Amino acid sequence: MRSDVSRWMLLAVFLLALPFGASADWGALNMPVGVTEISKEVYTLHMRIFYICCIIGALVFAVMIYSMFAHRKSKGAVAADFHESTAVEIVWTIVPLIILIAMSIPAAKVLVKMEDFSDSDMTIGVTGYQWRWHYSYLDEGIEFYSQLDREHNAARQQGAEVDLEQFGEIYLREVDNPLVVPVGKKIRFLHTAADVIHSWWVPDLSVKKDAIPGFINENWAKIEEPGTYRGKCAELCGRDHGFMPIVVIALEQADYDEWVLDQQNKVAAATIDADRAWEHQELVATGEAVYQSNCMSCHQKEGQGIPGMFPAIGGSHIATGDIDTHIETVLNGVTETAMTGFSGKLSDSELAAVITYQRNAFGNETGDTLQPAALKTFRQGQQQTLLTQPQLVTDTGVN
Amino acid sequence: MSYSDNTHGDTHHGDHDDHGPAPGLMRWVTTTNHKDIGTLYLWFSLLMFFIGGAMALIIRAELGAPGIQFVDPMFFNSMTTMHAIVMIFGVVMPAFVGLANWMIPMMIGAPDMALPRLNNWSFWIMPFAFTIMLSTLFMDSGGPAGGWTLYPPLVLQMGDSFAYVIFAIHFMGISSVMGSINIVATIFNMRPPGMTLMHMPMFVWTWLITAFLLVATIPVFAGAVTMLLTDRFFDTSFFSAAGGGDPVMFQHIFWFFGHPEVYILILPAFGIVSSIIPTFARKPLFGYDSMVYATASIAFLSFIVWAHHMFTTGMPLAAELFFMFSTMMISVPTGVKVFNWVSTMWRGSMSFETPMLFAIGFVIMFTIGGLSGLMLAITPADIQYHDTYFVVAHFHYVLVPGAIYSLMAATYYWIPKWTGNMYDETLGKWHFWISTIFVNVLFFPMHFVGLAGMPRRIPDYSLQFADWNFVATIGAFGFGFSQLLFVYIIVKCVKGGEKATGEVWEGARGLEWTVDSPAPYHTFETAPVINESTLTR
Amino acid sequence: MSTSAQSGSHKVVAGKMLLLAVGMFGFGYLMVPMYDIICEITGLNGKTGRVSVAEAESQAAAEDRWITVEFVANVNSSGAWEFRPNVKEIQVKPGELYKATYFAQNLLSVDVVGQATPSVSPSAAAPYFNKTECFCFTRQEFEANSIKDMPLTFIIDPKIPRNIDRVTLSYTFFKSPEQS
Repeated sequence: MRSDVSRWMLLAVFLLALPFGASADWGALNMPVGVTEISKEVYTLHMRIFYICCIIGALVFAVMIYSMFAHRKSKGAVAADFHESTAVEIVWTIVPLIILIAMSIPAAKVLVKMEDFSDSDMTIGVTGYQWRWHYSYLDEGIEFYSQLDREHNAARQQGAEVDLEQFGEIYLREVDNPLVVPVGKKIRFLHTAADVIHSWWVPDLSVKKDAIPGFINENWAKIEEPGTYRGKCAELCGRDHGFMPIVVIALEQADYDEWVLDQQNKVAAATIDADRAWEHQELVATGEAVYQSNCMSCHQKEGQGIPGMFPAIGGSHIATGDIDTHIETVLNGVTETAMTGFSGKLSDSELAAVITYQRNAFGNETGDTLQPAALKTFRQGQQQTLLTQPQLVTDTGVN
Repeated sequence: MSYSDNTHGDTHHGDHDDHGPAPGLMRWVTTTNHKDIGTLYLWFSLLMFFIGGAMALIIRAELGAPGIQFVDPMFFNSMTTMHAIVMIFGVVMPAFVGLANWMIPMMIGAPDMALPRLNNWSFWIMPFAFTIMLSTLFMDSGGPAGGWTLYPPLVLQMGDSFAYVIFAIHFMGISSVMGSINIVATIFNMRPPGMTLMHMPMFVWTWLITAFLLVATIPVFAGAVTMLLTDRFFDTSFFSAAGGGDPVMFQHIFWFFGHPEVYILILPAFGIVSSIIPTFARKPLFGYDSMVYATASIAFLSFIVWAHHMFTTGMPLAAELFFMFSTMMISVPTGVKVFNWVSTMWRGSMSFETPMLFAIGFVIMFTIGGLSGLMLAITPADIQYHDTYFVVAHFHYVLVPGAIYSLMAATYYWIPKWTGNMYDETLGKWHFWISTIFVNVLFFPMHFVGLAGMPRRIPDYSLQFADWNFVATIGAFGFGFSQLLFVYIIVKCVKGGEKATGEVWEGARGLEWTVDSPAPYHTFETAPVINESTLTR
Repeated sequence: MSTSAQSGSHKVVAGKMLLLAVGMFGFGYLMVPMYDIICEITGLNGKTGRVSVAEAESQAAAEDRWITVEFVANVNSSGAWEFRPNVKEIQVKPGELYKATYFAQNLLSVDVVGQATPSVSPSAAAPYFNKTECFCFTRQEFEANSIKDMPLTFIIDPKIPRNIDRVTLSYTFFKSPEQS
C-alpha cells in the first residue's frame, strides 16, 4: 500500500514538471545581461556560480537517489556498519573550499571595479521620497521629480476596472518624467532620501544602492547602448513601495544635448505659464490630474482618505476653511506625518490647480479660484501679507 | 537495545498518585512536567502555523494576478510583516522548544528539565505575547507594516501600536532566553553517568548550540528594539541622522542578531534529520564527530557574516570582501552535513516511512536553498539578487521544506511515542507527497520572477511576472490546505490507532525508545544505565 | 529526584547563562559607540572628522595636486527649507584650509530650529576630510521666513589616497529633533 502511494505520486511529480519545462520562456526568467560592462560581468558571475551549484546539486542528488533505489530494505539490502572515514571527510571539506576560493577571486575583481568611482563624467543626485524619485543633474542645473505614470496609477487602484493588458510588461514601470542620460559616459549617482530608506535599482545597469536619509551613497554606470531601462525601488518604504518605478532613457550624446536644451527651455516656459490668468474650469481640470498622480494614493479617489491613516479632503476644515492654511499645508506638508510638502515638487500652476480642485471637489463648495500668480507670490516668502492667522502647521494638520 | 532493557522497570510510576497529571484544565496551566509543556508548545505552534499560513494566503491571493484585488497596500505590508514574525517567533522557534522539552530529557535519560517552574513560565508568556502582537492588527494605527526587519526610519512612522509590537517582541525574547537557559542547564547537569557530551544524540547537540546562540543574540535584538522604542517615543536619536544617529547602524545590530537567528531556525532541524535518517537507513549516523564540529563552526561563523544582508547599504570595499568570504565559508560545514547524511543513507537498508520521506525531502530541498544561498554570497551578483523574489525563494526553501519539513518529520517520528498510537501511514504519505508537490509549485517559480526583476514586498507587479505568480499562488493554496490533512492525521493519532510498541521503529536507537509508548508521565526517575545498546552512536 | 545539590548547580548554570544574556543586552548598546569608532576609522557612513585650527595648520605642507570638492544640499521631509550651497564645487589642494558657505531659508511662517548632518562620499575619503568650523555642529535657529548664510571651513588631509580625485560633501537639513 505505502509504496503504491509513493509510486503514484512520483509519476505525478514528473508529469507536473513537464509543462513547467516546456512552456517556459527561459530568456525572460533569468537575470538580464544588461547594457554596462559591469552588468555583463555580473551576469557572467551569476551564470558561473549557477552552473557550479547545478553540478554540486546534481552530484549530491544522484548519489542520494541511487542509494534510495539500490539500498532499500524491500530489495533485501543489508546495512553496512561504517560510520566514519577521515579521508573522505577531509576531501569533502577541502574540495568545496577550493571551489569557493576559485569562485571568490573573479567575484572580488568585479567588486573592486564596481567600487571605483573615480574619473566620472557627470553626476546625478537621486533622492528617494515617499513615493517618488527626485533627480538633479548637478552640472546642467536640471532637476525634476519622477513618479508612477498617471494612467498606471489609476489602473493600480483597488477596484479599478482597467484592462492591464494594454500596459503589458511596462505596467507599473512607467513614469511621468524619465531620467535621461547620455551613452558612453561614466555617470556617477549620488543617492540619498528625504524620509525613509529607499533603494534605486535598475537591473540592466546592475545598479542597486540604498538611499538613506541624512547620508549619501555613490554608485556609477556607463551605459553602452541607447535604450529605455526600467527599474523599481528595492527597499520597503511604506504603503506605495511597489509603485515608485524608475525609467532611465539612454540617448546618443547629440540627442542628449538636445534634451538638456529642451529642459532648460521648459523651465522658462513654466514661469511664463504661471504668470498668466487661468480660468476656474481650467484650474479644476488640471488640478484633478495633479490630484490623481500626487494625492490620490493616500487621500483616495473620492477624497475620503483612510480613517486612522490619511485624513479625508472632502469636508476637511483645511480644504474648506482658510485658504492660506490650505496653501501652507500643501506647500510645506505636515511634520511627523506622511504628508510631505509639495513646494518645489510641483510647479506653481500645478499647485494652484490642485488646491483649487480640492476646494471645489468631493462635496467641498468654496467656489475659490487660486491663481498660479497668487500662489507664486505666496510661495516667494510674502506669507505675512497674505496669511490672516499665522499658526503652526502641526496644529492644523489632522482634522 | 530492545524494549525489554533494564531501564524498563524504572519507568512505571503511574501508580503513585502524586506523579500523575492534575485533572482538568489546571493541569495545563500549572504543569511543570516537561512532556506537558512540550505538548503545549507543539499545539501552540500548530495553531500559529495556521494563523501565519492564513496571512501567507492573503499575500498570495493578492499576488495571484496583477492589479490590486483584495487588500490595501498598507494592509498587504502588515501581512508580510506579521507573517514573518508569526512564522519565525510563533511557529518554528516554539515548535523546536516544544520538541526540546519533550525529547531532550528522554534522550539523555533525565527525569525532567532542570528548572521546571521556569519552564512553565517560558511557555505561558508566549500566548500572552502573541495576543498582544496580533491585537495590533485591530488597532487604529494598524499592525507593523515595515517588514519583520523593523528598519528605521520606516518603522518609526508607525502609529502608537508600535509600543505594543515592541512589548510583544520583548516578551517573546524573554520566553526564548528562559527556555534556552533551561535547556543548557538540563544538558549540562542532568546527564546520567555514561552520557558524555560526545555520546549525546545529535538533536541534543544541535539544541545545546542553538540555546547558546539564543542566549547570546536575543538580548542584542531586545537592545535594538528598545532603542527603536526610545527613538520613537522618548526623543533619543540612535537611528536618526538628525540627532547624530545612523539608520544603517540599526541594520548592523539587527543582523548581528538576525543571522545567528537564521541558524537558530535550522540547527535543531539538522538534529532532527540526523536522528531520523540513521533510524530508517538502519545504520549509524556517518561522521558524528564532524557533525558536531560542523554545527559548532556554523554557529561561530554565523556571528561574522551579518553584513551580507546589507551589501547595498554602501560599505567599504574591504568590508564587502570580508563578508563575502566569510559567508562563502559557511557553505563548507553545511556541505559536510549534507554529505554526512548522504553517506549515512549509502549502503544502508532503507525503508521509507513518512518521517524518512520528510527527512529526505528536507535534505534535497534544503540543499536547493543552500545552493541559492551560495549564489547570494557572491557580492556583485547579490547586488542584483538583493530584495528580489530570488531571496524570497531562497529563504523559503530553507525554512519551509527545510525547518517546517523537519518539524513534520519529527512529529511523525515521535508521535507514536507521545500518544502510544501509530499515525495513519497511508495518509502520512499522501501528506508528504501533496505537500512536496505544492511547496515546489509555490516556491520554485519565485526564483525566476526574482531574477527577472520582481522586487519583494510589493502587492502588484508588471504583466511578465503574472504567469509564474499565478502558479505560485496555486501552490500556496494547495500547500496551505493540504496542511489540514496534517491536523487530521495528528488528531486521529491522538484519539486512537494501532498501538505502538516501545521501540516503535525497527532501526531506532537511543534512550527515548527504551520506555513505553505512550511515554509514562515520568520517565527516568532513576538514572538509566548507559551502555552501547542505549546510545545513538 | 532533584537533590538540593543538583538544584544548586542548576542555579549556577542558569545564573551564568543569565549573566551572558544580560551582558549581550549591554553589548547591543555597546555596539553604538563601537559603530561610531569603526565609522571614524573607516569612514563608513561618511562621517567627517573635526580638527582644531591649530591642528589643521600643523598638518603636512600643501601638496601639488588638485581635488574637486563638490557641495550638495538635501532637505529632509521633516522640515520646510530652501537649502543650497552658494558654490557648487571648488578645486582644492590637500593640506590647505578652505571656506565655503551654504544658503538656507526657513519657508515656514513660524520659528524653527534646524540641524544639518554632513555626509562625505566616497566613504574612503571621509577620514581625511576635516572641518575646523561647521554649521553642522550646532543647532540652527531660524525666525519665521528668515535667511542665513552658513559657513564651514575644511582642510583635506594630504594623506588622502591618491586615487580619489573628487570628494562630495553633502548636507541634509532636518528639523531638529529636540524641539517639541
